[in-house]
Amino acid sequence: MAEAIVAQNVTKDFVLRRHKTFKQMTVAKMRGQEMVNRFNAVDDVSFTINEGESVGLMGLNGSGKSTLLKVISGVMKPNKGTILTRGRIAGLIATGAGFQSSLSGMDNIFLNAAIYGLTEKETKAVLDEIVDFADIGQFIDQPVGTYSSGMSSRLGFSIAVHVDCDIFLADEILAVGDKPFKRKCMTKMEEIRNSGKTIVYVSHAAASVQKMCDRVIALEKGRLLFDGDVDEGIRILDYGDEDGDELSVDDAELGADV
Amino acid sequence: MSEASLTHGSVEGAELAPLVPPSSTLGLLSVFRRRYLLKLLVQRELSARYEQSFLGFLWSYINPLSQFFIYWYIMGTVMGAHRSVENYPVHVFSGLIIVHFFTETFGAGTRSIVRNKSLVQKMPLPKEMFPVAAMVVSLYHVVPQLLILLLVCVLTGWHPDLGTLIGGVLALAILMCFGTALALVFSVANVFWRDFGSLVGILTNFVRFGCTMIYSYDMLAQHAGSMRWLVLGNPIAVACLLFQRAFWAFSTDKPHHTIKHEFPAHLYHQGVYALIASIVALLVAQWFFNRFDERIAEQI
Repeated sequence: MAEAIVAQNVTKDFVLRRHKTFKQMTVAKMRGQEMVNRFNAVDDVSFTINEGESVGLMGLNGSGKSTLLKVISGVMKPNKGTILTRGRIAGLIATGAGFQSSLSGMDNIFLNAAIYGLTEKETKAVLDEIVDFADIGQFIDQPVGTYSSGMSSRLGFSIAVHVDCDIFLADEILAVGDKPFKRKCMTKMEEIRNSGKTIVYVSHAAASVQKMCDRVIALEKGRLLFDGDVDEGIRILDYGDEDGDELSVDDAELGADV
Repeated sequence: MSEASLTHGSVEGAELAPLVPPSSTLGLLSVFRRRYLLKLLVQRELSARYEQSFLGFLWSYINPLSQFFIYWYIMGTVMGAHRSVENYPVHVFSGLIIVHFFTETFGAGTRSIVRNKSLVQKMPLPKEMFPVAAMVVSLYHVVPQLLILLLVCVLTGWHPDLGTLIGGVLALAILMCFGTALALVFSVANVFWRDFGSLVGILTNFVRFGCTMIYSYDMLAQHAGSMRWLVLGNPIAVACLLFQRAFWAFSTDKPHHTIKHEFPAHLYHQGVYALIASIVALLVAQWFFNRFDERIAEQI
């Protein structure tokens, strides 16, 4: 089986500038304070994901999941190490697509599809499906800026799942949206998985990861904590449902709100 | 998304797509490979700029025309340039097209990445797209202005020669390269410090008065003496002169006399040097852009 994603010692650091203005910087320099702070959001992470695998990426808030996903998608480049991917990547990063708020939903479909690498013809071929799945009615011709958060994530998800991709990235996709839509999303995700595409799925909901994934990669403070079996990964992360009695079974399955 | 995956496409291909870094590494080259995306960005920019505006695209005529009338009246009539420069309105307007093309590319290009924040943070696309799109939009705006210029030229007795075409194309090529180079550098600098956005206004003023638009080259040569290189060392000013040679010179009574006395010697040589310098500037700008590219998504 061929590899789909190969990460080798991937490190991504962020520079936190403490002093923004000339005045602050001069004062800081005279006092001998540090000018910048660096911290590693992703720290020396290596793994290989094969084609057709469905991997759950888990970890607490701030553990580096989204940053790692951005590195995989190509939005960010690693500072150290290498990341290699095979084929077209589509998906949602940090709840919601990159939309241009002044453009209509329709224009944003074409723009996002083009960024994913679709031609005009390919976009037109799936346009009706995208609009139907998003199911936001006449708002499709209104500027995205006027959308509710639910509407824009519906449209974003709809575009991402209809792009003919090889690797599908899903980051907290179920955090927004009502229950019927969450169900629709889960069905679609299963469809994508069953069609043999590689999936990287970020979620805090243990139940949905158990349902969707056959492997878990867990991060803690940017470092690789665990890579392997789903149930064990969830146990190690202590995502057990000891506080789960507050959630209905349905919620646990579909993903709790963030 | 990588360029290789675009050509390879989807899963069912018999051959496997190659393993490549997911982020673009080809810089400006990838912009040319993804022309459809560039086209969408340009269309979007054009429609966004005149969004909710009653006059719409007409503004691209109104803006340069208003400047033209200011120079024409204040400089021409009040300051008396009509007397010292033959066919002064065409002299100003042919220079104005060049200056306007550059300042628009520079200004819009500098703001381009920050303006597209929501895309830059979430979608993988070569960020060079945005400054290049800003340049293409400005180029688009040159067309109506050029039509006005041609009309005025024909009305004032214009007899173009082959040099008109060469000079005109050379001038635009210089500006496309040099404008993109500066837009690249400033767009990425503006992400880190918004001060660069404010600096653009000042530099634009220098450009406006550093080109032989409101004054003729002859006037400058008399005053500047050995400091003439200050103008000729500036690719925008050279492009301006090339454009004026193409349009204004041939609308005067004795074109060859004008070319000999009102322009620097070996203007085409200067033009070629300026183009080479602009291409070098573009390469340096690309290097600079690459250096800071990886920090854009997090710093914006």
